Amino acid sequence: MSLTSNPAPVDWQKASYVAAQAADARVNVELETEGMILNIGPQHPATHGTLRVVVRLDGEEVVWAEPICGYMHRGYEKLTEVRTYPQVTTLINRIDWLGSFANEVPFILGAEQLMGIEAPPRAQWIRTIFFEMARIANLTLFLGDMGVQLGALTPVFYAFRDREYVLNLIESATGGRFHPNYDRIGGLKDDLPRGWIDECQGAMRKVRSFCDELEDLLMGNEIFQARTRGIGVIPAAIGLDYGMSGANIRASGIDWDLRRDSESPLAWKEVDWKVWTHPDGDSFARYWVRLQEVREATSIVDQLLEGLPAGPIMSKVPKIIKVPAGEVWCHTENPLGEMGYYIVSQGGLGPFRCKIRSASFNNVSILSWLLKGVYVPDVITILASLYFILGDIDR
Amino acid sequence: MGLVPGAVKGLGVTLRTMFKPAVTVQYPHVKEAPPTRARGVIALKEENCTVCMLCARECPDWCIYIEGHGDKAPPRREGGKPRTVFILDRFDIDYALCMYCGICVEVCPFDALFWSPEYEYSEVSIADMLHDKDKLGEWMATVPEPPPLEVGAAAKK
Amino acid sequence: MTALPLLAIELSYWQATAIKLGAVMTVIPLGSLVLVYVFLFKMMSHMQSRLGPMEAGPHGTLQVLAEAGKFLQKEDIFPARADRAVFGLAPVVVIVSTFMLYAVIPAGPDLIVEDLDVGVFFALAVGSISVIGILMAGWSSASKYSLLGALRSAGQLIAYELPLVLAVVGVVIQAGTMSLQGIVHAQADGEIFGFGLIGNPFILTQFIGFVIFLIAAQAELTQTPFDMPVAESELVAGYMTEYSGFRFLFFFIAEFGSAFALSGIAATLFLGGWYVPFLPDGLLGNLAGPAVLGAKIMFVAFLIFWMRFTFPRFREDQLQAIAWKFLIPASLANIVVTGILKVVM
Repeated sequence: MSLTSNPAPVDWQKASYVAAQAADARVNVELETEGMILNIGPQHPATHGTLRVVVRLDGEEVVWAEPICGYMHRGYEKLTEVRTYPQVTTLINRIDWLGSFANEVPFILGAEQLMGIEAPPRAQWIRTIFFEMARIANLTLFLGDMGVQLGALTPVFYAFRDREYVLNLIESATGGRFHPNYDRIGGLKDDLPRGWIDECQGAMRKVRSFCDELEDLLMGNEIFQARTRGIGVIPAAIGLDYGMSGANIRASGIDWDLRRDSESPLAWKEVDWKVWTHPDGDSFARYWVRLQEVREATSIVDQLLEGLPAGPIMSKVPKIIKVPAGEVWCHTENPLGEMGYYIVSQGGLGPFRCKIRSASFNNVSILSWLLKGVYVPDVITILASLYFILGDIDR
Repeated sequence: MGLVPGAVKGLGVTLRTMFKPAVTVQYPHVKEAPPTRARGVIALKEENCTVCMLCARECPDWCIYIEGHGDKAPPRREGGKPRTVFILDRFDIDYALCMYCGICVEVCPFDALFWSPEYEYSEVSIADMLHDKDKLGEWMATVPEPPPLEVGAAAKK
Repeated sequence: MTALPLLAIELSYWQATAIKLGAVMTVIPLGSLVLVYVFLFKMMSHMQSRLGPMEAGPHGTLQVLAEAGKFLQKEDIFPARADRAVFGLAPVVVIVSTFMLYAVIPAGPDLIVEDLDVGVFFALAVGSISVIGILMAGWSSASKYSLLGALRSAGQLIAYELPLVLAVVGVVIQAGTMSLQGIVHAQADGEIFGFGLIGNPFILTQFIGFVIFLIAAQAELTQTPFDMPVAESELVAGYMTEYSGFRFLFFFIAEFGSAFALSGIAATLFLGGWYVPFLPDGLLGNLAGPAVLGAKIMFVAFLIFWMRFTFPRFREDQLQAIAWKFLIPASLANIVVTGILKVVM
């Protein structure tokens, strides 16, 4: 048959049916007659972005599940090989786009370690303040968002309303609401504008009242508790096996927080604060732990604002930054979990290779174990309570 | 605290919020002013630019297009050699690519680029997002003074 | 059969029916529009600290018309593998079931389409026909999400029919009649311990019945916390996922029309319907009656939508457990107590 002749007319219905079956088969699924294959995602309101979870259902119960990520892969680690350090700082803001500043910190700290530079104390304190504000911005969205996944339409609006104050503060100091691009090797870009400290204290009060409101509206609600208690229990040992981190593992009872347990030049050791854990390990525990973490973050910010040392915010660094050859691993307790950068430098203008360890990738890997034997609405509850950001999974 | 069921407390929260004023700002009838440092758009002060190309090189997206040519200017003193100066022919920023990171503004050694909080410059076609030096120069009028710094900040040198 | 004896006009049967039909066909969209605007647009927005639509008309009053127009001008899409006849018929079945509810709700002393002796029974029976429409919609959409939504809703609606009906039985026992007009008169002429000024609205004696009716109505309307069939964050729109344009508008009008009608039935059964003390007789009474009923409907609808915007949703099995293990025994107990008290007192 020549290439120019008209091919036989296509039966589109049959073709699309066959293609759908083939797409299912490509994920190593044996085509059985019983059990319905359901694709949750990649376009779905419940997966925060383009995550695809393929489940096989028996009625409403999940028999087998597999998360498929990569729909949002942007090639970060390759990008870092061909960009300079300031350019990489700009790009990595966008990995976990809600916990904006928190993405920059481990990278900058790692580069500073390689260069042997220490930022002045005022810079370290302000970095900690912004880190905690990133945590507040990130987790308040979670608190409202889990309500929406469960059907309560109202808490998410309160969440957006009250995190506006935090975002406005970040914008007035750095210029960007979501991508501050504020951290520099050796310190920070600019000092805070006049009146920022008072405004920040006001915003922390509003966030605290939001937490109280949400306790009344959502967390204390019997329906919410019936939907989340006992759902998606992650035993501590399994969680550690899968490399979960952050509030997910603290909700299973593991008392581990990198802010307290690892050496860091940032100012957490200077203030009084508490690590919250919960013994149950279910979805309610994860919500509860994150609510307490938001409150704790506001208290940390208040203490830091009161004791903020005066001084410069940038130490002496050369104009063109060339980080000496070496390797460093630097990790921090980001809002989503443990985020770390393994930077390999060969003395150039940018990293030679940068491995990014993002929290959500490990948090999502537990889904194939966790979703077995769970009902479809509970799948949504579990996805909501694990709280991943797609940019963080796929980078 | 333990006597009122959580469901009833939740109903109370929504009822109370219903009677408080809404927080909506009705754009475009009411426009909130962005903070002074807001990264809205980049403005160009053409007389300061020496066509050193640093901003175009450091941009992560390579969205700045610069063309210039060398020229001879009169010598500074009597009897000296004519100086070479660079004249800016073309300075375009493609705002469809720009990441609003601010690296170009930071690295410019001659203070030719400034941030402005202007944000109402959307276009209907992507090609129109490429703004030339005349438009960038117009935006210089919207560049605010840098805000005074907080207590405890070191004085700017 | 003549209508409006007050106006002393003799109408033939078909003329009277045409007028009644016209009245019902205006009331249904009007009622739905008002409910959508007041509760869905404005009350929900203010509960969420925002303003809602403000641009179309003063304070967004014309937004509903704009939405209706938007739906009407959309492309009529049929999924490739959908069963066209069933797919097209499903919204019609649902909306017809809603329309028939309006046949028995009295709006004034003489304003009722048809005063059936079994009014309550008829209303509850035709209200449950919408289940068939929902199943048709879910099955014919040829989509797994729609099917899940339809199956969930069938289970839910059937389960909550029983508490709905049983809650009403207490009222029927107390009123002694199933006719809705008769129930309003029973409340109007009743007395509370000999004090006859405000009549005897059955909400006072049948408070448990009222609560059960409201909860069951919430489930019948598939509103949160019982909106599993339309769980927006899971199934996108449940059985309505594949619908667009005016077919989706049918479902939408059916939802709010049913809300209006069920609120009307609740107001009639428990709050006294169109009756208010010192209601004038004659023509004035027939003009004031709908206004009174309208106010009571707004109150009941306020309760329904207040619950909708505050609570998260139940899971399907929790939903069924509440219906079978809690609501039905409670309503049966209510019937027993009412019956005993009616005989004794």
